[in-house]
This record gives sequence, structure tokens and C-alpha cells, in this order.
Amino acid sequence: MSGTRLPAAEFESEEIALASAPPGPDGGPGMVQFLDPDGHLFEHAEYGSFSSGTGAERLKALYRDMYLIRRFDQEATALQRQGQLALWVPLTGQEAAQIGSGRALQAQDYVFPTYREHGVALTRGVRLSEMLRLFRGITNGGWDPRETNFHLYTLVLAAQALHAVGYAMGLQRDQAADPTLAPAASVAYFGDGASSEGDVHEAMVFAASFNAPVVFFCQNNHWAISVPSSVQTRVPLAQRAEGYGFPGIRVDGNDVVAVEAVTNWALEHARSGKGPVLIEAFTYRMSAHTTADDPTKYRLSREEEDWHPRDPLARLEKHLRTTGKAGDAFFEELVGEAKAMAVELRRDVQAMQPPGLEERFNTVYAEPHPLVQEELQAWRDYEAGFIGEEETS
Amino acid sequence: MAVMTVAKAINEGLRAALENNPKTLLMGEDIGELGGVYRITEGLKRDFGADRVVDTPLAESGIIGTAIGLALRGYRPVCEIQFDGFVFPAFNQITTQLAKLRTRSDGMLGAPVVIRIPYGGGIGSVEHHSESPEALFAHTAGLRIITPSNPQDAYWMVQQAIDCQDPVIVFEPKRRYWLKGEVDTVNAPPSPFTAQVLREGSDATVVAYGPLVPVALAAAEAAQQDGHSVEVIDLRSISPIDFDTVTESVAKTGRLVVAHEAPTFGGIGGEIAARISERAFLSLEAPVIRVGGFHMPYPVARTEEQYLPDIDRILEALERAFAY
Repeated sequence: MSGTRLPAAEFESEEIALASAPPGPDGGPGMVQFLDPDGHLFEHAEYGSFSSGTGAERLKALYRDMYLIRRFDQEATALQRQGQLALWVPLTGQEAAQIGSGRALQAQDYVFPTYREHGVALTRGVRLSEMLRLFRGITNGGWDPRETNFHLYTLVLAAQALHAVGYAMGLQRDQAADPTLAPAASVAYFGDGASSEGDVHEAMVFAASFNAPVVFFCQNNHWAISVPSSVQTRVPLAQRAEGYGFPGIRVDGNDVVAVEAVTNWALEHARSGKGPVLIEAFTYRMSAHTTADDPTKYRLSREEEDWHPRDPLARLEKHLRTTGKAGDAFFEELVGEAKAMAVELRRDVQAMQPPGLEERFNTVYAEPHPLVQEELQAWRDYEAGFIGEEETS
Repeated sequence: MAVMTVAKAINEGLRAALENNPKTLLMGEDIGELGGVYRITEGLKRDFGADRVVDTPLAESGIIGTAIGLALRGYRPVCEIQFDGFVFPAFNQITTQLAKLRTRSDGMLGAPVVIRIPYGGGIGSVEHHSESPEALFAHTAGLRIITPSNPQDAYWMVQQAIDCQDPVIVFEPKRRYWLKGEVDTVNAPPSPFTAQVLREGSDATVVAYGPLVPVALAAAEAAQQDGHSVEVIDLRSISPIDFDTVTESVAKTGRLVVAHEAPTFGGIGGEIAARISERAFLSLEAPVIRVGGFHMPYPVARTEEQYLPDIDRILEALERAFAY
């Protein structure tokens, strides 16, 4: 494998993972973890005080979110297989990263997701069936971001990182004009693949230069479709923050308790005027990139098996059961709730009607546009020409 | 009425926009202390502060991307791209994000961002400093593109762009920054998205925009000496194009020449030729003739006098039209 080695001896470090190395589940000693894969909960000296609590009700609520969004993911995958959706982007494995960070947000914060953040959407109160409209091909959006402060999905990777920084620059100005406003931050979600995009670099430069209240939340799920994270970076992604001059934290992205605490810390840091933070949630895409992908072409099932014991739901279930915080009744009730949700989702999706092309003409510009109006009229006339033919045929 | 240069008119227009709307802010490279490489924003940081006249890091995608975020938060960012040839690092943000936000959100969201780009040649500069990339943006639905040719339009167009609910690119003819003219700061000219007949004529129509408008007017004057009455239209808006005004003129004159600095292949002139052949075929006495750049990257400065359309090139095109 020497062919993949770069002549960069001066960078020799144990942390450097070369492109040939398969992604392992060990996040290293610097990774923040509260709940280990066996379900043991530990005190954390640095971030422990930022956790919203580890009592039974709090942890059950987090588990419920993760369980429901995994069930949602399974149902959406099934709907795609049955031809009801054109494509689906599964999140399985990343529930803790998304629910933990999402539950740390406050109403006034604003989220810029990429396209896999169904779990964050759930925490923002986006109606889950609306998430499927994009994948059914009836809109490129699907929900009104003004209602939930959860922006539309962005498919051009990393473009939204800059939008989040600009939005944060706006928050800064609003706050200066009206100090009674509740302090707020924006959050940019992206992945290990998108971290290579220039827009992430520019976003971090702008955020640092203007001390913008933004949290960069990178879900390192270890695979950018078929390319492992070792091709994107030689150092833990969280370390990149140091180069921009703001804090970077690697957190166990499969530990919902740690993710929530670390995100609380980061949001508070940003909201209080201390500037941006990068969080790297160390997680794993347990499923395919999309329903059009085939992971057996590029990764070993052994690797998937190595990550399996770190499943974010399994470890919290272990903890809840062994500590007596939840028992069979709780988990059985959840199965029923998830099933009802899936039935409703299926019904909603099947009821979704495609829009007419005419509606698309009307969404291009806010103000009247002569070319659009002319083409719309020509198209109407063209369509009208078929009406008689249909009747006689 | 005050007499001022195009550069000063834009400066005054930006000043008025900053005064009229506290949400207006300017962003760009070197626009603060320096006042921009063409001094278009001179004095504005001093008067409005660094939060409203923002010297950004040197990153064009970053400028447009953060402007989109600011617009989502209710601000009216006016971005300066330093030179035409440097807009391309922002091409992705402009075409995939800015232009599409309204349609992606089914009409719910908009990003009324203004992008100012000094464009065109004729200043003897090094490469990437003399280009005319307007057709690349005109091809993208969701954007509006305007270009002033005189101080009056320069003063008003930048303000009208800022007031528009859609994203607007203002291409500023850099070699005309020093062109002087009267500016009426009380009465606004017609909508920036319409064309204007600058000179009436009966034998042929010349459509031009931005830096070539004075050239087209001079060509019409020269043609007059040869006994031809030539109408000159300042297109003003490249997207949308005011085809009604052009069609009306061609219906009268029967001949059309379109002139721009950008290469003719795949350009605005071709679009106008196609539309006018559809709309005014029976009025045309001759094919629509384009005058423009050649199919080559903008040439080295010492050759640009040969490359750029001038009075003779427009007159030669008119002669060809009159030959039919």
C-alpha cells in the first residue's frame, strides 16, 4: 500500500490516518463521551454541567426521539422501495448526533441542514411527512422554514455553511440594534465529505473574522458515498478549528447524552458573543448513502459489524434497562407509537399530489417578469390545444 | 440636477440606499478603508461604519454565500465583486443557491441580494480584468441583470436593484466610470428592467448596452453623415430583456444590429436575433447582425483595440444590413 503514501515526513504523527486505512470505531482519547457502548454513564468534568440532565424522563424522551426517527427512516426506505419516493437518504446510525444536537437548540436558533438531518427536523417540529415531499419529487423544499427555524435541505454540499455564517452575522447586527432580543445562534450541519469543500473553509474564515455566533456541526459518518473519511482528512476534523482560531471538539456522535451537552456548551459559547465552535460528531453511517447506493461495493461487512455494538439506540436502551429508568412497558408503548406514526406517514405520502407546471412558473421571481409571463401564456395555449383532441379520442 | 461621473453616481446611489434603509449593507474586498479599487464606495465606511460597509475576507464564494444568509435574516446586502473575471469562485453560490432559493421554497423565501460587478475591457488591464460574462448569468432563471450606461441610470439603477425583491446583478461598465453626465436625484428614470430609445431613426436599429452605448450613438451620428437614419436603443436590462421596445423599433426600421463586448457565440445578441426573428420576421429587411467579441478568451491588452467593437465595426454591420 506504499503507493498511497505521501512524501510528507514532516507531518509524521500517530494521528495521521492515510487514505489506505479503513475507518475504525475508535474516536481516540480526546473524544468526549458520557455513555459508553455498554450503557455505563460517566461524569464528565468539563461538559457535565452543560447536560440537560440524565434523569429517567429526560433520557426516555431522547430515546423516544431516536426510536421514532429510526422507524421513520425505515418507513421512508420502504416507501422508496415501493415506488412512492424517488429516492431516500437514510440516517440510521446518526440518530444520537442529530437528536442530541437538535434538542440542545432553542426556538430562536436557526438551523441550516444538509440533506440527511431528519432527526434534527423532528426536534424542530417539522412535520415528518413534509420531509418526504422533496423525495417524492413534488417540491425542492417541502416545509416553511420560517415556522420552525429549520432551513430547507441543501443538496449542493457545504453551500449552506456560508448561509449559516451570514445568518449569524445578521443575528449579531439584530442583537446590537436591540439588546432585549434573546441571544441566538445559527447551526451549519455538514459531513466529513463536505468538509473538503471550499465553502466550509470560507465559512470558517468568515465566522472567525467576524466572530459570528455559529456552530459548525460536522457529522463524521466516515463515508462520503464510497470514499472513506481518511481521504478527506489526515487529522481529526475537530482539530481544523484550531487553524481558524476557535474551539473544536470531537464528541462521540453515537452518545446522545454527550452530544447534547457539548452542543449546549457550543451554543451558549456562540450566543454569548464568544464566537464560533466546530463540533465533530464521530459517528457511522450504518446504512447506504441513499437508496440508490450499494455499500457492499466499497466497504467490508466486518467494518459494519465493528460499529454495530456502538449503535446509539442500543447503548441508551442498555442504560435505561440496567438502571431501571425504563422497562418493558416503555419500550412496548414506543413500538405502538412508532407503528401508528408509520401508518400515518404512509397515508400522508400516498395522498400527496404533484403540482402542475404552472405553479413552477410562478415561483421563479417575486416580481412580475415578462419572459416568464410570456412563456407561461405560450405553454397554456399549447396545453389548451390538446383539450379538444382528448375529448374526441 | 448635478453633473457627476458614473462612479460618483453609483457612490451617491449607494449612500442614498444606506441612508434610506438601515438593513442595507455593503460587502466586498477592499471596499472599506480603500473605498474599493475603483473608489465606488469611497467615504461610505467612514460615514456608515464597519458593520454596514464590510471589508470581507478575500473569498468571493464567501461574500455571496454569507450575503444569502444575511438576506434570509432580513438584510439587503450589496456585494461588490472586484473584477468581472473574479466572479467565478462565486458562480456556484449565485447560480445554485441565490437564483434558486425562491423556486426551491415554492415562493416562500427570497434572497434580495445585489451583486455589483465592474465589467468589460478598454482599460488596458491584465487578464481576468476585462471580461463580459453577462450571458452566463442571463442563462440562469431567478436572476435579474441590469447595466447602466450613464450617470443618471447608474445613480438610480443601483437603488432600484436594492429595492427589488429578486436578486439583481448590476454590471457596471468600468471604462465608463469616468463618463460625466447630469443626474436628477429627484425623479427616477423608467423601470431598470426596460430598454430606452436614446436616438430615434427610421432606417435601422442598433441595440447596445453598458460600455458600447456611447459607441453606438457615435456610429449612428456617423451614419447620419452618410444619409442613414439610425435608431439607438440602450437595452439597460439584460435579464429580462425588453423585447417589446426592440420589436417596436424593428417594426419601424426593418433592420437590426446588436452590439456587445462579450463574444457573440451563445451571447445576448444571438438571443435578441432569435426573438426578433420570431416576433418581427415580416418586418425584417435583412438578417439581424451581431457585433461583438470573438470566440477567444479576452485578448492581451495590446490587442484589445482591435478586439473591441468600435464605431467602424458597427458601421460595417449597418452597411451589411443595408445591402439587402
